[in-house]
Amino acid sequence: MSGHSTYVPKSAVGRWFESRLPVMGLLHSSFVVFPNPRNLNYFWTFGGILSFMLVAQIVTGVVLAMHYTPHADMAFNSVEHIMRDVNYGWLIRYLHANGASMFFIAVYIHIFRGFYYGSYKAPREILWILGVIIFLLMMATAFMGYVLPWGQMSYWGATVITNLFSAIPLVGETVVSYLWGGFSVANPTLNRFFSLHYLLPFMIAGVVVLHIWALHVPGSNNPSGVEKQTEKDTLPFHPYFTVKDGLALVVFIMFFSWFAFYIPNYLGHADNYIMADPSVTPAHIVPEWYFLPYYAILRAVPDKLLGVIAMFSSIAVLAFLPWLDTSRVKSATYRPLYRQFFWVFAIVCVLLGWLGAKPPEGGYVIAARILTAYYFAHFLIILPLLGLFETPRRLPGSIAEAVLGKQGSANAMASGAAAAPNTKG
Amino acid sequence: MTMINSLRLGAAALAAALVLSAPVKAAEGTVQPPRQSWTFAGPFGSFDSTQLQRGFKVYREVCSACHSIQLLAFRNLAEKGGPEFSEAQVKALAAEYKVKDGPNDSGDMFERPGRPADRFPPPFANKQAAQAANGGAYPPDFSVIAKARTYERGFPWFVIDIFTQFQEQGVDYITALLTGYEQPPAGFQVPEGKYYNEYFPGHVISMPQPISDGQVEYPKDADGRPQAPETAVQYAKDVSAFLMWAAEPHLEARKELGFKTLVFLLLFAGLLYFTKKRIWSRVEGHAHA
Repeated sequence: MSGHSTYVPKSAVGRWFESRLPVMGLLHSSFVVFPNPRNLNYFWTFGGILSFMLVAQIVTGVVLAMHYTPHADMAFNSVEHIMRDVNYGWLIRYLHANGASMFFIAVYIHIFRGFYYGSYKAPREILWILGVIIFLLMMATAFMGYVLPWGQMSYWGATVITNLFSAIPLVGETVVSYLWGGFSVANPTLNRFFSLHYLLPFMIAGVVVLHIWALHVPGSNNPSGVEKQTEKDTLPFHPYFTVKDGLALVVFIMFFSWFAFYIPNYLGHADNYIMADPSVTPAHIVPEWYFLPYYAILRAVPDKLLGVIAMFSSIAVLAFLPWLDTSRVKSATYRPLYRQFFWVFAIVCVLLGWLGAKPPEGGYVIAARILTAYYFAHFLIILPLLGLFETPRRLPGSIAEAVLGKQGSANAMASGAAAAPNTKG
Repeated sequence: MTMINSLRLGAAALAAALVLSAPVKAAEGTVQPPRQSWTFAGPFGSFDSTQLQRGFKVYREVCSACHSIQLLAFRNLAEKGGPEFSEAQVKALAAEYKVKDGPNDSGDMFERPGRPADRFPPPFANKQAAQAANGGAYPPDFSVIAKARTYERGFPWFVIDIFTQFQEQGVDYITALLTGYEQPPAGFQVPEGKYYNEYFPGHVISMPQPISDGQVEYPKDADGRPQAPETAVQYAKDVSAFLMWAAEPHLEARKELGFKTLVFLLLFAGLLYFTKKRIWSRVEGHAHA
């Protein structure tokens, strides 16, 4: 995707094909010879991990759909049919349910890596905004997927979240009745959520292609935040990054397996093993863990409409990040103040998540309000001002210099060059 | 400061923040069930088939009068990793039940003896009938109840549970509930037709104490002694274990496959680690990161 392909097919058939559809050349230039910054650390392996998770979710999901019945009277039991009677159905379903959580763990690390190293800054604004769109699509997909087993938390979660749209002035009620396909969450809701839950992952896949395309124009950012300039700054994607990404992926799959095989219900809610019952409201309606910070923001605002606006704004604000951060230095490694604020922000997000799981009363609400205010202040006040007042540390002249030191980069090709202080990650 | 150091600092600050804010509100009047020891806990856990057989006996002779277990089929009782009754035992057991079938050629529904492929017939025709017979309360179905019940673990236990693989909240709770009938504390008003239970959320439960010592006869060993004590506590444990199996019939297969998978992945990751190290050793300035 970076243009000039050096790919030469070895066989006559290959040459015949390549002159008609140069797809092998495209793959070759994108994933074999593509020059990556040589100093990428393991936080850069999550793009590959996320691609894997998307494919894994689609594959397990397609198999589940072969056995699942999207009907309000049968959905719950059809999931149990998968768990009990389908060969390895328990495995497929636990992989899919835990896979959603793994997907979000990976995407949060991926996003926070972007925050830390300033990956959203020029020339990667479009790449970043495409990422925000993927994130939104992921959230919609995960939300609708959680409704499909039609347990108590599915039903009541769907009721709470779809009701939010009724806060929209003028058209709110209409929007909600279209979401429901009626006048309450019921069978038509389940049907359309199933349909959309199957559709959205393919839309995600489409935006992922654009995301990778936009990535391959400037190439990856890197821990130094200095753009690649010469060949000395880079290494070919294969074998250096295929093996590094592969190792990280296998370790990540081990983490995934721990959950899927040993604690498969840890990340879910016990209430979702009770069939949906419109006449019994659970004591606490709590969304999945990956939505908890937004849920805390929603409930921190006393007004329904403003709460909904705050919740959606908390994600929409990310799209403006490239322009809200006024610093010209990308990497937090060279921004002593921003690095402190980054960690404060990360802790604020975790605490918001914790508050999202607590009942909205007393000290919890006050804490949620303070943290919500801080969340927005981070983007709207701290980041714009920080760029103006912060004195960054001196940047290395090049990636090679960041890795090898000044001396080393000068004799980069000479063998036995002294190892320089390792400033990576 | 490297990213790793920052990470440590962040984690420490986070832990401090969570610990400080934890006592804001103690558990909401619910009592934590005592931890039991289960054969099926942990990475190598497996069901004790004799315990599941006893648990099934308790379910059948006591619980099944009111509680259905509609997702369980007779054939499941003979499957590997369960109570492992013999095929003949299951066939005989199923035949003791009347199962509604039909319509037949003349268009009538009829009753016939159960077959291993049938699911356990419910004690009541529908929810309304169950409620009418139980003072308005609906006795929940038992198929997945061991996964449908839990209690709040609180910080830091919910983090520690990831590492210890603690997944037995449901069975601990059920065991505690079955043996948790007590005199209400002074001043606690229990409504007419309801009962006080130490572990039930809110303490007021519609189910009377379901089981007491000596109520179910257990199989005898060679010396003529029951293979387990015929006490309410033992009944509670055995039926809880049975319900765990009913909720998660492939638990053993899952844990076995999990172990194989992790061993494979560990070896694979090891090979990849050394491959990566070898490949990156060609690159100057990289002490293999």
